[in-house]
Amino acid sequence: MILPTLLPLILQQQDGEGGFFFPPVASDLAIASDSLFFTILYLSGLFFAIIVFTTLYFVWKYHHTKCPEPQPSPVHNNTIEIIWTVVPTILLAWIFMEGFEGCLARKTPPPDAYEIHAQGRKWSWNFTYPDGTESSVLHLPLGKAVRVNLASSDVLHSLFVPAFRVKMDVVPGRYEQLWFTPTMLGEFDVYCAEYCGTNHSAMITTAVVHSQEDFDAWLSEAGDFMTKLSPIEAGERVFASKGCAACHSVAGVAGIGPALNGRFGQERKLSDGSSVTFDANYVRESLLDPTAKIADGFQPIMPTFQGQLDDDKMRVLVEYLKSLQ
Amino acid sequence: MTLDHKRLGLMYLWSIIAMMFLGGAFVMLIRAELFSPGEDFVSADTFNQLFTLHGSIMVFLVIIPSIPAALGNFVLPLMLGAKDVAFPKLNRMSYHLYVMGAIFFVASMLATGLDTGWTFYAPYSTSESPAHRAILFAVFGAFVLGFSSIFTGLNFLVTIHKMRPPGMTWFKMPLFLWAIYATSIIQILATPVIGITLLLVAVERMLEIGIFNPALGGDPVLFQHMFWFYSHPAVYIMLLPAMGVMSELISTYSRKSIFGYRYIALSSVAIAVVSFVVWGHHMYVSGQSVLVSVLFSAITFFVAVPSAVKVFNWIATLYKGSIRLTSSMIYGLAIIWLFGIGGLTGLWLAALETDIHLHDTYFVVSHFHFVMVGSAIMAFLGGIHHWWPKFYGTMLNEKVSLWGASLLFLGFNLTFLPQFIAGTQGMPRRYFDYAERFEGYNQISTVGAFLMGFSMLLIVANFLRSIRSGKPAPANPWGAVTLEWNTAPIPDPHNFDDAPVVGDPYDLSIFKWDEAEGGYVPTRPVPGLPYIALPNADSTESQH
Ligand code: HEC
Ligand SMILES: [Cu+2]
Ligand SMILES: [Cu+2]
Repeated sequence: MILPTLLPLILQQQDGEGGFFFPPVASDLAIASDSLFFTILYLSGLFFAIIVFTTLYFVWKYHHTKCPEPQPSPVHNNTIEIIWTVVPTILLAWIFMEGFEGCLARKTPPPDAYEIHAQGRKWSWNFTYPDGTESSVLHLPLGKAVRVNLASSDVLHSLFVPAFRVKMDVVPGRYEQLWFTPTMLGEFDVYCAEYCGTNHSAMITTAVVHSQEDFDAWLSEAGDFMTKLSPIEAGERVFASKGCAACHSVAGVAGIGPALNGRFGQERKLSDGSSVTFDANYVRESLLDPTAKIADGFQPIMPTFQGQLDDDKMRVLVEYLKSLQ
Repeated sequence: MTLDHKRLGLMYLWSIIAMMFLGGAFVMLIRAELFSPGEDFVSADTFNQLFTLHGSIMVFLVIIPSIPAALGNFVLPLMLGAKDVAFPKLNRMSYHLYVMGAIFFVASMLATGLDTGWTFYAPYSTSESPAHRAILFAVFGAFVLGFSSIFTGLNFLVTIHKMRPPGMTWFKMPLFLWAIYATSIIQILATPVIGITLLLVAVERMLEIGIFNPALGGDPVLFQHMFWFYSHPAVYIMLLPAMGVMSELISTYSRKSIFGYRYIALSSVAIAVVSFVVWGHHMYVSGQSVLVSVLFSAITFFVAVPSAVKVFNWIATLYKGSIRLTSSMIYGLAIIWLFGIGGLTGLWLAALETDIHLHDTYFVVSHFHFVMVGSAIMAFLGGIHHWWPKFYGTMLNEKVSLWGASLLFLGFNLTFLPQFIAGTQGMPRRYFDYAERFEGYNQISTVGAFLMGFSMLLIVANFLRSIRSGKPAPANPWGAVTLEWNTAPIPDPHNFDDAPVVGDPYDLSIFKWDEAEGGYVPTRPVPGLPYIALPNADSTESQH
């Protein structure tokens, strides 16, 4: 009698703040998913307790020091065998149904869900809002169903927000989607859960849940940064939101790609031995057709940004790179 | 060059142990790196290569061949009262393919720095980078290993069908043989699919035909389907033999006939068949259609039932027995618990809703280690301790064996229990670096892993000591009644002088512990069991 009342207290979530097992409960899906998790936990905990108890009891009771001779007992018993086949079958079927229903509820987003496009690529996320605003951080309005459409520029990734209990692979050549309703203000980790190479574990960003007002304010501020900010500042934003920093440092350390500060106007040695001037055209070509000229000493793994950067954005990017010393 | 299945079994045994230490050494580096967040010992790229090496070696070179190829080769013909397997030359070829494949596989991964993980997911593995261009070599190695596995399966299947002695009907076979039989079916049917998949990777690579790579018009999810079509049944290639060993251990050391023999025997085959249609449970969040996921989820729950019932059967076998906690029995009992945890945690992963959060986190990592290490490797070790007296005609130091088993059990739980919580808290797998809040779980895990490493050294040192200076073993130290115990302490090259007499493989009442003799003595005359009747015949017989 004590156990069933005590266990939930230890194991259950504390006011959406998460607990021993889980991070915060920050979406409608998290609530449903956790409740099934705990249901299975109690059931399997009970079974496991039975298994442990009976093995220990039998080993103690029938230890050879107490029972030098085995005692006769049936080697098979239809009733018992049927019971212990049928009971787990029913329980498992029930768990299956619960999981199935939860999965159906997740399948179709409401038609009026707010749509965000997420682009995964080595090794950063980029989110595009309905008005074309882009961000490397996932900003979300509280209490509103959000549908995230997922696409990849290169290999498999997987968008994973533990606090929302959502995860979906991002598959090149396809669109996938997931949706949820954030139910808690705050900042939550966003991970890549599908292995994608060197910086897989650094493909991290944040989901920020705002009140609707704050969200609108953020959106309008972020939306017209191209006109409001100076070209250099705008370029810096594009650089951040497009995930260039995943491969390029602007502080002189070569990473996956060459450092980009202090380069503008310099000669660049290429892998075929020739060299070019690092100018606006070279930057443009690097973005649209990255494998046309390969910087010496680096792998040809920069993804193309063809179709993702218009002329304006490339212009401010060039201004930004020019400004870096 | 020997054709003797017993010699080949031991050659497998030591090759596999060597590979286990190699894969284990890599994981020690991984766990050391993960002791705290940030870069400590190795770079991100090296880390990715390390987990690729660890996973590939442990799956393809250790666990898959462990029980079938090492213990199976040694024990199976003896259990059948046969002189050898059906095709001894093919058997030797399997071993040669294993060694060649293993060397090629490991060497090419080391030389090229392959970093795809053991799952080789496209399009990462087929993209244009030097390390991935070299995947062709590793693929070839895996291909060769596949043939080794297929040939072994084929050999055992034919041997069981054709070489059972008179009187050994299907339902008089020891359960270990049923398990190996079911395993062989999977090896023969599933392994070609991984071969074809890997060939297709090569074809895509060389001819630039789009199969898996979307840049060429292929479909990366197709790769996952083909990969898991093999790799899920492969889970049962690892697990079924473990269950077979379990049945032998539990019944021998509780001196009871196994409870529900028929159920266990037939469920092995049923599991083998159904295991072919559950692969999609690895792909709930891959973008596969919801309808398909629902079907896979349902079948996965269905296949859980016979596995659960086997556990109940083992426990029921203990009832009214006379239980001896030998080291092999400690492994057996540990497996009941560890497999229990491995199986029960599978429920969260089989359920469509809860899997979404847990997929690709440390929860999954821990779940499959409970099944593959906590059950399969533990059963391998338990089996080695059980059959060791036949290997070299010497006993292991039981005290050291008990320490080894207990420390391994402790280290295992320290390593993997915290990983479940790291997983539910949201730590993804294959992470070189992690958030501060996961540090505690990882530190306990690392300590546990080093304890496991230490206990493995202890266990193997005990093996080596026994070979050099172990006490001579009696012919039947455990009073077991399967036919392999009816041979000389070191079985003759031809195993049996006369065709053995076959009885009930679990009628343990034939023997009884005799305190004065310090061994098992027959309770009644049994014709045709020359060796087991002489518990103290070791000194004369070991020279045989
Ligand atoms: C996946 C890693 C990756 C990402 C993301 C990436 N690059 Fe690159 N980039 C590289 C690599 C590697 C090179 C060097 C090889 C080459 O020339 O293609 C490179 C080269 C360049 C060059 C030429 C540098 C030189 O010194 O010659 C420029 C300019 C450049 N990238 C700009 C960008 C910008 C701007 C972005 C973001 C919009 C970006 N890159 C995103 C990997 C990346
Ligand atoms: Cu990733
Ligand atoms: Cu599976």
